[in-house]
Amino acid sequence: MIQKDSNVSALQRVENELKKCVKCGACRAHCPAFAAWQREPAVARGKVAVAQHILKGDVGLDDQTYAIMSKCLLCGSCVEKCPNDVPTDEIVVTAREVLARRRGLTTFHKAVGQVIKNRRLMSFGALAAAILGPLFFRKVPQTSGLRLRFPLPFVGNRRHIPQIARKPFMDRHPEVIQGEPGKPRVVFYVGCMTNFVYTEVGEAALALFRHLGCTVIIPKGQGCCGLPGMSGGDLDTVRGLAEQNLAALEKYEADYVMTACATCGGALHKFYPALIGKRHPELATRIRAIADKTVDAAQLLQQLGLHPEETGVGERLKITYHDPCHLRTRNITRQPRELLKGSPGVELAEMEGADKCCGLGGTFNVYHYDASLKINEGKSAAIEKTGADAVVTGCPGCMMQLSDGLKQRGNRTRVMHTLEVLARALGK
Amino acid sequence: MIDSRIIQELKLIVGTDNVATDRQDLLCYGYDATQMEFLPDAVVHPGSPEEIAAILKLANAERFPVFPRGAGSGFTGGALPKGGGIVLVVTRLNRILRIDTENLVAEVEPGVVTEQFQQEVEKLGLFYPPDPASLKFSTLGGNVAENAGGPRCVKYGVTRDFVMGLEVVLPTGEIIRTGGETYKGVVGYDLTRLLCGSEGTLGIITKIIFKLLPLPEAKKTMLTIFDSIDGAAKAVSTIIGNKIIPTTLEFMDHATLQCVEKRFNLGIPAEGRAVLLIEVDGDRDLIEKQAARIQDLIRPLGLVECKIARDAAESEALWKVRRLVSPSLRDVNPDKFNEDIVVPRSKVPDVIRAIDRIRQKYDIPIVNFGHAGDGNIHVNVMVDKSVAGQEEKAHQAIGEIFQAALDLNGTMSGEHGVGLAKQPYIHLELKPAQVAAMQAVKKALDPNDILNPGKMFPRED
Ligand SMILES: Cc1cc2nc3c(=O)[nH]c(=O)nc-3n(C[C@H](O)[C@H](O)[C@H](O)COP(=O)(O)OP(=O)(O)OC[C@H]3O[C@@H](n4cnc5c(N)ncnc54)[C@H](O)[C@@H]3O)c2cc1C
Ligand code: SF4
Ligand code: SF4
Repeated sequence: MIQKDSNVSALQRVENELKKCVKCGACRAHCPAFAAWQREPAVARGKVAVAQHILKGDVGLDDQTYAIMSKCLLCGSCVEKCPNDVPTDEIVVTAREVLARRRGLTTFHKAVGQVIKNRRLMSFGALAAAILGPLFFRKVPQTSGLRLRFPLPFVGNRRHIPQIARKPFMDRHPEVIQGEPGKPRVVFYVGCMTNFVYTEVGEAALALFRHLGCTVIIPKGQGCCGLPGMSGGDLDTVRGLAEQNLAALEKYEADYVMTACATCGGALHKFYPALIGKRHPELATRIRAIADKTVDAAQLLQQLGLHPEETGVGERLKITYHDPCHLRTRNITRQPRELLKGSPGVELAEMEGADKCCGLGGTFNVYHYDASLKINEGKSAAIEKTGADAVVTGCPGCMMQLSDGLKQRGNRTRVMHTLEVLARALGK
Repeated sequence: MIDSRIIQELKLIVGTDNVATDRQDLLCYGYDATQMEFLPDAVVHPGSPEEIAAILKLANAERFPVFPRGAGSGFTGGALPKGGGIVLVVTRLNRILRIDTENLVAEVEPGVVTEQFQQEVEKLGLFYPPDPASLKFSTLGGNVAENAGGPRCVKYGVTRDFVMGLEVVLPTGEIIRTGGETYKGVVGYDLTRLLCGSEGTLGIITKIIFKLLPLPEAKKTMLTIFDSIDGAAKAVSTIIGNKIIPTTLEFMDHATLQCVEKRFNLGIPAEGRAVLLIEVDGDRDLIEKQAARIQDLIRPLGLVECKIARDAAESEALWKVRRLVSPSLRDVNPDKFNEDIVVPRSKVPDVIRAIDRIRQKYDIPIVNFGHAGDGNIHVNVMVDKSVAGQEEKAHQAIGEIFQAALDLNGTMSGEHGVGLAKQPYIHLELKPAQVAAMQAVKKALDPNDILNPGKMFPRED
């Protein structure tokens, strides 16, 4: 019998959740990690079983346990489809927390923690080196001078990576962009990918909400949402970031807190309450208040009555839409599609398995690049089959993964954000 | 029992990556959809029938037990390694080898997931009807081994009715073929049918030849609500008596409806005491006529409401009522014992009444739903195991429920099999001579009791 580890106590938090699993196996149909490995420990049910046995004290926090818990994209598919509402994603994060306490964070996740905690470091591009670098090192055009010079040991060299913006999105805009009186005040939570890489997504958001007359506020103090840290079990870092973000987002009176990144939205809306709120009751009320105000950009645009046809120029575009996990799990699947379909000239061709994970999974893709590509293969093939000019989605993280997957196949389908398609005709 | 030398030999047969002995791996192959758990000594993932044959030969030489496993979604513990040994997972054999559109047959490997197979044949305008509720994750091999059934059985029959031939590795390691791909064939004993439903005790299935049908042009779904279970049961016999065989006749009793309604608020009228979900399929014009005819036939039987879906989305909405049953049950009590008795169609109300008496006697919630068309009822005895005495009570009630089904000329399992879970009751249904005949077959094929030992029949020791 393995000596029960005192570090496992955090798992007791989810003890009741663990009991709900009846081992029916339904998650086998929905877990992308299982699809990649085809072995029971990789499926939600297996991870739940391993967690149960860690608590029982007959499984240790060893390399094998670590490997099993690393095989999860935190996509939430199992949670959505589980007949017994077992929150496997929460269980896995908690297990990773326990493993990190016992074994220390990995070098990579330590670096991630350092970087995401430090806004200045991030804007200096260390973000690119430490997080984005490993995620998509290589293939920035040699000539751009942006080729990253931080080859970390665990990084493959096959990845295609987008360019890092010359000037971060937030540095380009004042904190408050005044709209028309009487129109909603929208606080924009930007997120790292939009700020540093896909700045065009931020610009599109701004254009659209200004078009509707909203006052858009981009609080300067906001930082990373912390999900890369969460993904490594580094919940202390996530807590610090959550506090920092709460302070920034609470500073202005707002009708909505808007995100254009599914992952950031998932953090504010779901993971902060579920993980940080439960661990730090002193923050729970504030977290709840922000969570209740958090809306995805597409959801809010529809709610505020954006009519793309009024603004569109009608340039023809055949698109297909990919559901980011962190929108799908919040039931935001209908709104982006309706908006896109309503846009002049836009034809939406549904792909097979639009609701399936693209394989990014936060830092999953760093440790399990091959599995991540394997998961992505089906996605790319489905996109190809639609013959669309562009694949559109609501998450910059997915955009990066979709680009990588498509480029690996030599496919030139464009990858766009929902907001970019909607803003296309505003002349911005 | 299994030492490092044997592990080494296993690795030589299937490759190092395909043998697992880490504790975590062992416990991930020690469960299934029952709540039981037994740890194997090793987990092996063979990649071909020849490898499986070699493993079984080794098992006979070294005398260690082998437990075949598909997706591990079984409800009776059939794939669980009670007593230790190796779990042999067949899911690497997962190719659809061919779909013959001319002769309407298909050949598949056992690890193919049922729904995936259905989708592939449907793309070609063909149809594989067996549809266990676990079809999205269970394997075809597991379906054959358990002779799985589902809602469409009323019209189309169970898995066995679609199996024409098999490739099987016998417990001693010989690879044989049974049946074939002709619709007729009477040479020798019908080993195919013997193996269907043999729960992995007589051989490991490595290929399956299935019979296919043309895909029906359309289907129509109706949700009918009755003011009594007798009305619903009468409706079943009336419909079939009038020579309409629906694809599906699913029923839910009052307790089930209350559960679903309480949790999901679907707007089922208060006077509704039982629901029948009816689906007909076939030619577009024909099903319109059939739906209208069914409505006329059942109207006098205490029909409270009848909803007919106009399209696929509406049909899905009606099916939702049925699909929400399982998630709702938990609200009654945390632990459920799910039994799947069968009685002749017309005896459904009698057995429901008998179950109701048992419910009152033991004062525990029992919720019934299932396939009214073929008399297959899922009896869910809901208890809280953490309350002293409840589990005990559940077992007593289950014994009486089986007896009630048998008294009405029924059986104690329509689809889940015996495995470990129903062993204690098997003698209620099978007489000693029957058991002896079955055990003689087992002994002849598996002299050393290597393959899935201790399943189906209680062990003498
Ligand atoms: C939510 C849920 C719903 C279900 N609904 C239904 C239903 O509607 N109808 C129904 O009939 N069942 C149902 N089941 C039970 C179960 O899904 C079926 O028994 C299924 O056929 C088991 O398939 P499996 O691949 O999971 O097999 P496993 O559970 O892995 O194994 C089942 C048995 O088959 C043997 N076996 C597996 N593969 C092979 C092989 N290749 N060769 C020889 N033996 C083998 C095993 O040894 C074991 O005895 C349900 C289960 C769940 C969890
Ligand atoms: S996690 Fe949910 S779906 Fe998966 S086995 Fe457990 S109860 Fe079933
Ligand atoms: S969150 Fe996603 S990857 Fe993780 S266990 Fe659930 S389905 Fe699998």
